[in-house]
Amino acid sequence: MLARHGGLSMAAGELRDDSDLYKAGLSSFASVQIMLAIEEAFDIEFPDALLNRRSFQSIDSIALAVESITGSAAAA
Amino acid sequence: MTISVNASLAERAGRVAAIAAAHADDVDAQARFPQEAADAMKLERLLSIQVASNLGGEDASLSQVAEICSLLGQSCSAAAMMFAMHHIKLSSLVTHGADSAWHRAFMRRICDEQLLLASATTEGGIGGNLRNSICAISVNGDRCTLEKDATVISYGAYADAILITSRANAEAASTDQVMTAFTRDQYSLERTQIWDTLGMRGTCSDGYLFKGEAPAEQILPKPFAEIAAQSMLATSHLLWSAVWYGIAVNAVVRAQNFVRAAARKSPGVTPPGALRLAEASNLLQLVKSNVIAGLREYETAKSDPDRLSSMSFAVAMNNVKVGASETILTIINHAMLICGILGYKNGTPFSLGRHLRDAHSAQLMISNDRILGNTSNLLLAHRQDTSLTG
Repeated sequence: MLARHGGLSMAAGELRDDSDLYKAGLSSFASVQIMLAIEEAFDIEFPDALLNRRSFQSIDSIALAVESITGSAAAA
Repeated sequence: MTISVNASLAERAGRVAAIAAAHADDVDAQARFPQEAADAMKLERLLSIQVASNLGGEDASLSQVAEICSLLGQSCSAAAMMFAMHHIKLSSLVTHGADSAWHRAFMRRICDEQLLLASATTEGGIGGNLRNSICAISVNGDRCTLEKDATVISYGAYADAILITSRANAEAASTDQVMTAFTRDQYSLERTQIWDTLGMRGTCSDGYLFKGEAPAEQILPKPFAEIAAQSMLATSHLLWSAVWYGIAVNAVVRAQNFVRAAARKSPGVTPPGALRLAEASNLLQLVKSNVIAGLREYETAKSDPDRLSSMSFAVAMNNVKVGASETILTIINHAMLICGILGYKNGTPFSLGRHLRDAHSAQLMISNDRILGNTSNLLLAHRQDTSLTG
């Protein structure tokens, strides 16, 4: 997903889970494209509260955001 | 200078505005720097009002700065824009430099010496997107050097310091940027382009080849992406819009004077321009409400970095800028229709040529098309706020 939509300056395989994606060249445009791809793949919707820079800072933070959405959906 | 410092902000700004107004036509005609207004701003110590009081400033809020931008915008757009741009740069220092010893000391110097800050974010080859850099800062030990083909540095030749963006290092991605403060003794400027424009002529936004060398601690300790998202983009849109509102206010005041003069000449007959004046007043109120709502949103979000970097906040700020910059053109055009030939001519109390030309810059200072493109991308994710009072 990152490789296809991230527009990064390095190969997605070289990233660590905690690498700073913005330092790897992630633009705000690309972060929206990634969010849309994740929403489609996981059949979820990002709430506005998670639509900030920090949610897309790294693979870890994206995973955390997705977990918090799927977790709260499971609890509901 | 104790007297002027103790006077209220409004009084001090009023004195600067009167000086700016007296020279506005000459500044425009000669495309010269509004030196008299700049000197007055320094004399009245307006260049440091935003700095924290424990560093020698006055803790002025962005709304207070915006009020002065609007007041100056009613007098001389070039002086107003210079004041706005200085405070946009200063907002980045105030927001992101408070934890850095060098930047704290620099803010003290800004207060003591009333230093004028300029900005160098545009660069040949980046296609107008300031969130990209080609040039890279090079750090060797405790020194840094930077060379940048800056196609626009507003009042660059008159500034006491320049805050300039670049890639964080030679290997960094084009969006991995930092911002560095260089003082006048630390850089040279070789003029490459001359600012001869339709309007905003007095901002003297020539292009320069910038070459600087300074201690590496002058690089702001936060990534420029955060600085842009959390202070610079919001303060730019808000303070620019405040200046543009000021230009439109003055146009409406001139049109109203025209209509009132006509009404006095023929009592009992409503002058033909009166209806247009009502329309202009309506549009002016929309711009004012737009800017005030944006300022309120900023003041509320200010202490919350997550909210400042949220999509909803970016959409709101983009909308303030696009709305204000488009609507003032309609307002000034209305004023021109009201004043007729006396508005079209230079040198009358109703002249509007300068207003109209200056106002045309608003849609281009970060192109509205680019901003709408950015908003349309954000709206793929961010859902419309359906509340009225938020």
